[in-house]
Amino acid sequence: MRTLRFLLRKEFRQIFRDKAILTLIFVMPVIQFIVMPLAADYEVRNVNLAVVDNDKSTYSQKLVSKVIASGYFKLQGYNSSFKEAFQLIESDKADLILEIPQGFERNLIREDKQKLFVAVNAINGTKANLGGAYLSSIIGNFNADIRMQLVQQPRFSQFPVIDVVASNWFNPALNYKVFIVPGILAILVTMIGGFLTALNIVKEKEVGTIEQINVTPIKKHIFILGKLIPFWILAMIVFTIGLILARVIYGIIPIGNLLVLYVFIAIYLLTVLGFGLLVSTFCDTQQQAMFIMFFFMMLFILLGGLFTSIDSMPYWAKLITRINPVRYMIEVMRMVILKGSGFQDVLPQMGVVSLMAVILNGWAILNYKKTN
Amino acid sequence: MEAVVVENITKTYGKGKVLAVDNVSFSVNKGELFGLIGPDGAGKTSIFRMLTTLLLPDEGSATVDGFNVVTDFKQIRSSVGYMPGKFSLYQDLTIEENLNFFATVFGTTVTENYHLIQDIYVQIEPFKKRRAGKLSGGMKQKLALCCALIHKPTTLFLDEPTTGVDPVSRKEFWEMLRRLKKQGITIIVSTPYMDEAALCDRIALIQNGKILSIDTPDNVTRSYPANLYAIKANEMYRLLKSLETFPDRLNSYAFGEYAHATFRSEKLDTAHLEHFLTDKGLSGIEIKRIPATIEDSFIKLLN
Repeated sequence: MRTLRFLLRKEFRQIFRDKAILTLIFVMPVIQFIVMPLAADYEVRNVNLAVVDNDKSTYSQKLVSKVIASGYFKLQGYNSSFKEAFQLIESDKADLILEIPQGFERNLIREDKQKLFVAVNAINGTKANLGGAYLSSIIGNFNADIRMQLVQQPRFSQFPVIDVVASNWFNPALNYKVFIVPGILAILVTMIGGFLTALNIVKEKEVGTIEQINVTPIKKHIFILGKLIPFWILAMIVFTIGLILARVIYGIIPIGNLLVLYVFIAIYLLTVLGFGLLVSTFCDTQQQAMFIMFFFMMLFILLGGLFTSIDSMPYWAKLITRINPVRYMIEVMRMVILKGSGFQDVLPQMGVVSLMAVILNGWAILNYKKTN
Repeated sequence: MEAVVVENITKTYGKGKVLAVDNVSFSVNKGELFGLIGPDGAGKTSIFRMLTTLLLPDEGSATVDGFNVVTDFKQIRSSVGYMPGKFSLYQDLTIEENLNFFATVFGTTVTENYHLIQDIYVQIEPFKKRRAGKLSGGMKQKLALCCALIHKPTTLFLDEPTTGVDPVSRKEFWEMLRRLKKQGITIIVSTPYMDEAALCDRIALIQNGKILSIDTPDNVTRSYPANLYAIKANEMYRLLKSLETFPDRLNSYAFGEYAHATFRSEKLDTAHLEHFLTDKGLSGIEIKRIPATIEDSFIKLLN
């Protein structure tokens, strides 16, 4: 016990003495936490639109101004021919072309129907898709408005109408930040904990200090505990800072019990740190450790359900996400913070993560050899 | 009483491709200052690492204080002191913190064994608040020695403690070892410097993982089989070339400002050699008989 206390004191001394690392531990996540959710936004805005108006009528004018007024589109060109507009797409100035045919107004009023042509530049898939969808719905609205004006509605509609009204639970305004912030916090904590642990032990190997430790009677598990606890505490602090920032900057107040959140993250951090430890036992240099950690972090993050939904992944990818601790962390963060889930609800995730913690740490202790 | 016994120990690296230690046996008495002398890559560090339980031998067995290095590694770890060739203390901790840390790790305190390190520690004490990484080479070695001694080890393993240290500090370091020896600590030290070998009680000359000879430094030099001459002239390179053509020559090599040479005949005709060298266009010739040094013995053993 005395040895462990001394190991911890030594570890903290070293951490607080390395000013560069210390700054990095606290400033880096804070900056990322402020920049990322604001910049990495799913909502597509500023879709560049080129309009080819072959009709030049009041209605076509109305349609165009309605589209622009939606705020999602930026008019890049009001062209007289499709060819001209297409050049804008080719030079990457426009993402969408809306072509209004000649006789738009006349046909719309007389014949009750008219076709519009929308060409989409699909290089940026998300932008094109969402832009196209926005445009269709705006045109649909426009159409409905005109019908209202032109047609005397009978008392009862002749056609049965199903009107779908959606209500967004847990995130009523479909605010993207509410959805992304807990996930980003999960990833930041993972990165801080994982990287620091992996690099720390490898650094001792690189500098040679581990040699001096290995000839001492220190027990393996004491040494590893001495490495785990400091970074566990640091990651907890980073997590707390993140929660405060989420509240101050994004106004996200966890609906669920904070205790549930902290109990889960305490176990989850053991998993992440155990993973870092395991990597460190396989590596001899900080470079190796860095690259291996980076490789896994990328996988964890991309397959963690932060940016893309796990449900829409192919079957094999879904299987991989089952052994991805980050996935469970993001799930629980969203469940507890946004939905207010309690202990009962996060038990499955807690079980899986606990199992991972035991396996990874056990493996790391077995694999850390004082003799080779 | 023997402190360290090594029997037919063999170690290979890279799945048997590189033979680092080849069937080595030796023993070190309690309280002895034993030197492993050999060039870089001779296998000294591998032997040290096996004796300090950091490396498992492929074959053979070894004991330290009667404890087997493979099965009783726990006892060995708490009773030996090891100073690796590379400075391995925490560079970002101060002298004081390093010392306290290692004392605690061994379950003791600095005050308990202060008498052991006092001589050495007073020299670095003025800098005790300085970080280990900012110390000079000599001070680092003194600190490392303190840390290796703080738990009152029975046996001290010092792997090339003076490599890269200035001559004055080297001399001081060896004086410290002599004083430690008086306290009854067994010391095993490795060094590539032949002049340091003379300061050990016994030395083992080691080359390519094999021990060439084990004896006291005096016996090693005394058993030098031929008469050794030191020869000096105005041009070293031409002198060496000329010596090679001298019919009576057995062996010759540069040794500082002199060339050392041995000859076949029992008694060298110095006048004849001087005449021979003058004929080769050399001047300022000086020839004298000298006693062999350890380095001469080592070179002799290598040939």
